[in-house]
Amino acid sequence: MPGAQKKIAADSVGLVSPERLHFDEPLKLRSGRTIDQYDLMVETYGTLNAERNNALLICHALSGDHHAAGYYDANNPKEKPGWWDCCIGPGKPFDTNHFFIVCLNNLGGCAGSTGPSSINPETGKPFGLDFPIITVRDWVNSQARLADRLGIEQWAAVIGGSLGGMQVMRWAISYPARLRHALVIAAAPKLSAQNIAFNEVARQSIMSDPDFHEGRYYDFNTFPQKGVMLARMVGHITYLSDAMLREKFGKASSDSNFGRDLRSGNLSFGFDVDFQVQSYLQYKGQTFSKNFDANTYLLMIKALDYFDPAVDYGGDFSKAFAHSQCKFLVMSFSSDWRFAPERSREIVDNLLKAHKQVSYLEIAAAEGHDSFLMPIPRYMQALHAYMGRVAVECNSGGHR
Amino acid sequence: MRGDLQLIQDWIAPGSRVLDLGCGDGAFLAHLKATRNIQELGLEIDAENILQCLRAGVNVIEQNMDLGLQNLESGSFDTVVLAHTLQALHRPDLIVEEMLRVGKNCILTFPNFAYWRHRLALLTDGRMPKSPQLPYEWYDTPNLHHCTISDFDELCRRKHIKVLSRTVVDHGHHSSPLIRLSPNFFGINAIYHITR
Repeated sequence: MPGAQKKIAADSVGLVSPERLHFDEPLKLRSGRTIDQYDLMVETYGTLNAERNNALLICHALSGDHHAAGYYDANNPKEKPGWWDCCIGPGKPFDTNHFFIVCLNNLGGCAGSTGPSSINPETGKPFGLDFPIITVRDWVNSQARLADRLGIEQWAAVIGGSLGGMQVMRWAISYPARLRHALVIAAAPKLSAQNIAFNEVARQSIMSDPDFHEGRYYDFNTFPQKGVMLARMVGHITYLSDAMLREKFGKASSDSNFGRDLRSGNLSFGFDVDFQVQSYLQYKGQTFSKNFDANTYLLMIKALDYFDPAVDYGGDFSKAFAHSQCKFLVMSFSSDWRFAPERSREIVDNLLKAHKQVSYLEIAAAEGHDSFLMPIPRYMQALHAYMGRVAVECNSGGHR
Repeated sequence: MRGDLQLIQDWIAPGSRVLDLGCGDGAFLAHLKATRNIQELGLEIDAENILQCLRAGVNVIEQNMDLGLQNLESGSFDTVVLAHTLQALHRPDLIVEEMLRVGKNCILTFPNFAYWRHRLALLTDGRMPKSPQLPYEWYDTPNLHHCTISDFDELCRRKHIKVLSRTVVDHGHHSSPLIRLSPNFFGINAIYHITR
């Protein structure tokens, strides 16, 4: 229906638009290489106050981007809001009535920031695998430059889930004076061997796709869709819980299907889709693979694999936080087996060992790792409670 | 503030690190923070209490102390507080050991099961005693291991725990000549300040 205005909820940030910021001071990377210039896609919500002390930085996870909340198109009733819309908006935990909220597409991304699909000015062609490997530390360094650009000397809080939570920890380690609160949600001190194993399956899926062309698929006007789809399907399974998949797909949908999650009542006795979970997973993988750059996916899982702040401190994770000054809120979800609650408790225990101020909650939730993106009541209440306190500090001139 | 907490706050040094086991809504730690500038940590398992702690800006960890305090380093706190919870733990003796390991000194409060009214209830009615301190029925009480002042003194002797101070009080958290005469008979609440 042309011109049909969608209804936007009162607690939404409403219509938003991103901005592309250009940086031309070379950025030295962990790998030893340098990026001479780059763009970052940035979206902001709310208003920076006169004291410039009410800014929140939201760090995205593996497949996220700068579009964390609100909508782009007033005329598209089917458009989904940003990826953390349940948390960002007036009256929501990251309350735009109190905070100025910044979210960016990380370097190496494929949503507008400079990444493998961007044109390499030296060759006039997309970077592809020539794009340098980016680490969590490099992201945080680029985010610090973004903060400089926006005139934010100190964040009221840096916030992130999963890979985003790793960026938060890196902020507390690398820029101790530049944040007052660190919210580390569903994260881990580093990947486990099992985590890296799953990433390896994803990597091999992409790189063994005949359309990958050593990462130069742009030149061949194609992309490794099957590979990305497989990678995402494997990844997606690790984001969900067994209990949630049972809840969603383990039930009979009609009397004739023997109490199993068959798509139709009859077995196909072939290798087509018999079970609903198959088509669900294929749909998820397919949708993702059409919109996400394969080289960026490879970069992101490498950044995950490499994250391990303890390596600079003789393997003692607590020592990494020796100079951190912020308060920490760490949260985990009971059914998360990708970064299980034990991993969050490792973070907490090391923060306690370093005599840091930390609070910890384990939220009972069935949605697995993806819980951190969901409006689970106790989770929302905890964020509300904590951020309410942060807002009060901002109003009373919070700065250290 | 609860009377027992009123009494123990003077044992907490300004600027010290304080761990409160079963910190409730965090009001006691918030009070110590405001008045004594302590660095606080509370352990709590009740969801609503944890939210209250976050609202009060009190550091709180969701942790069941019945599973131990292994994640806390030895000697990492100046004072460890366990107020009115000892009798509800699975192994009070082990938690006391853990408290003494983690804290340089510890403060414990508990209801004295040997209070004369409790004794009388058992003697005359033959029923499990109930009182404002012990308001539960035998079947729904959270209290697993009641103890008396004499019992706790004996535990301290056996474990070579040094009692820095012991205060025994009544309902209103006052002492009296009778309590001083026979604390284990007339005392309702016991407050211990202990160390190794």
